[in-house]
Amino acid sequence: MSASGARPVGAGRRIPLAWAGVIPFLGYLGVFLLLPTGIVLWGAIRAQHGPGLTLSGLKLLVSPTVRFYFVNSIELSGITAVMGALLGAILAYAIATGNPDGLIRRVYIAGSGVLAQFGGVTLAFAFLATVGPAGILMHASWYFDYPQGIGLIYLYFQIPLMVVVFLPAIDGLKIQWREATANLGGSTWQYWRHVGVPLLRPAFFGATLLLFANALSAFATIQAWDNQIAYVVPQQINTSIISEVGLASPNEPQILALGMIILVAVVMTGYALLQRRTARWLR
Amino acid sequence: MTSPVTDAQAAPTRAGVRVRLDGLRRRYGAVTALDGVDLTIEPGELVALLGPSGCGKTTTLRLLAGLEDADEGRITVGGRDITRLPASKRDMGMVFQAYSLFPHMTVRENVAFGLRLRRAPRAGRDRRALEMLELVGLTQQADRYAHQISGGQQQRVALARALAIQPTVLLLDEPLSALDAKVRAQLRDQIRRIQLEVGITTLFVTHDQEEALAIADRVGVMKEGRIEQLGPPTEVYSRPATPFVAEFVGLTNRLAGEVRGGQVTVRGMTLPLVDQAVPDGPAIALVRPEAVTLASGVAGAGGALAGSVIGVTFLGATSRVSVDLGDTTVLAQLPTSEVGSLPPGGHVTLAIRPDPVLVAQDSQAVPEA
Repeated sequence: MSASGARPVGAGRRIPLAWAGVIPFLGYLGVFLLLPTGIVLWGAIRAQHGPGLTLSGLKLLVSPTVRFYFVNSIELSGITAVMGALLGAILAYAIATGNPDGLIRRVYIAGSGVLAQFGGVTLAFAFLATVGPAGILMHASWYFDYPQGIGLIYLYFQIPLMVVVFLPAIDGLKIQWREATANLGGSTWQYWRHVGVPLLRPAFFGATLLLFANALSAFATIQAWDNQIAYVVPQQINTSIISEVGLASPNEPQILALGMIILVAVVMTGYALLQRRTARWLR
Repeated sequence: MTSPVTDAQAAPTRAGVRVRLDGLRRRYGAVTALDGVDLTIEPGELVALLGPSGCGKTTTLRLLAGLEDADEGRITVGGRDITRLPASKRDMGMVFQAYSLFPHMTVRENVAFGLRLRRAPRAGRDRRALEMLELVGLTQQADRYAHQISGGQQQRVALARALAIQPTVLLLDEPLSALDAKVRAQLRDQIRRIQLEVGITTLFVTHDQEEALAIADRVGVMKEGRIEQLGPPTEVYSRPATPFVAEFVGLTNRLAGEVRGGQVTVRGMTLPLVDQAVPDGPAIALVRPEAVTLASGVAGAGGALAGSVIGVTFLGATSRVSVDLGDTTVLAQLPTSEVGSLPPGGHVTLAIRPDPVLVAQDSQAVPEA
């Protein structure tokens, strides 16, 4: 592996300060990830009556009410992740087969980068104004139906995210593999069946998991879409935080957040494992 | 269709066939990559196409492989016209310049892949893959993946993969260019040994003259989409047909001289010309370093062929000596045992063996500063 040009040149004896460069990152990680996670964990297992710790509060995660929010979250994230992945992969393939230096590709990539981050109130309002019940383009009666309405809105940022994440994998398919397949007597179908698809499979599933996690943690968009009813876990966490009555447990927000953290950790571990294989094959 | 597995146990491939390229032309927009290439490769022969970048050698190979289409011309293999046949139907094995092994398959699966595409039975293709791996000396690596073996081993696997399907023709597209010098030389010899053993008609493309001269039965030197000279390595080296070939293949001294009556006079020495029809007048004589001899000290009062040694490059059995003649530098290649008496800065007298030489004239005649 070649060394980065950012590293100083020379063989002179230096104080080993290379690790100092990661201090800001570790600080950021500590303050905004590890500390909140610790607070959530502490809140979830802290005994409500008297001192000490207890796991009894975690039983809340399997209660019918909480299960409803998790099932909804997984359902919405799963549907939009799979649909976003399929449509985004087709779009990424179309871009990859075009001129690599062409204007269309540059516009698509730049546009996808922006749209993948386009969410929240702005996106919900944009959809409401264009395809909502009184939209300019159409009057979609199903706009407020769950999960169709919100699913459609989620796809608006899921598809571009898939393009951004999956395009490098398609670009990583070497022309020599296709030519070698043809040279060995293989058809286009055989190339995709035996070479292209198997090589892209880890990248595709990895990207789908990323889309799943992306949808799972989305809050502002669905909250702006319907703030009267909680459908998914992030909405219920919000409700638990601001509600003073009706909570199943005083530490319900922390327990729900812990459930989300565990779910996202499992998904992202799968993503990291698939990504490692992709990096080896399609670099 | 006969199974390539069942009838292939004895010989790694079928007997060689004749390949003919007639008037191949290929343009990319305004650029002419191939400008009427004619080439016949005899059965079992290895022809190397040699030339600088952009000369059309790789395009020739890709047209033969069917990876690109010719604008004009005809390609026949074993008498069969394959000009419009897709690559997948041409029955050719190819080793690419960059590593082209499939990273998600083991070495054995890579080698057996062509047979898998032909729906050969699993047991047969596994057996065939192991035979091919034995041929290239890699049976121990059969269950490894591409990233777990070296670059040289990857290219040997690629060769085994190309041969496993019993191709009619073997195409080698600069297969050694990404390897280090020692591995390159070893693999070059191994490719030649296997090619002779298998008896397959082979086209080898390279920009490395040493590689081409070492491996080929005949070498074709290409320039601007045409083959300038095609012949055995010794002929291409010792009797180059054009100044371009003389300068591209091997090192050449460019010495200003005067052509008169079918001879060229260089610094008082008269040398015969390869081409007697060269018109009289100023010219640049192209002289091989091996044709230059050196003697210690300056004969008489010096003169046009007296100079001083600038430096000596050790090449093993031979050494290359740079001599400053005042207005130009001349290279001489001598046995290393003779170089000991020629220290840098020492005065020498230079002589040129009276072999026939080529001359460059007009635009080709660019005297050295």
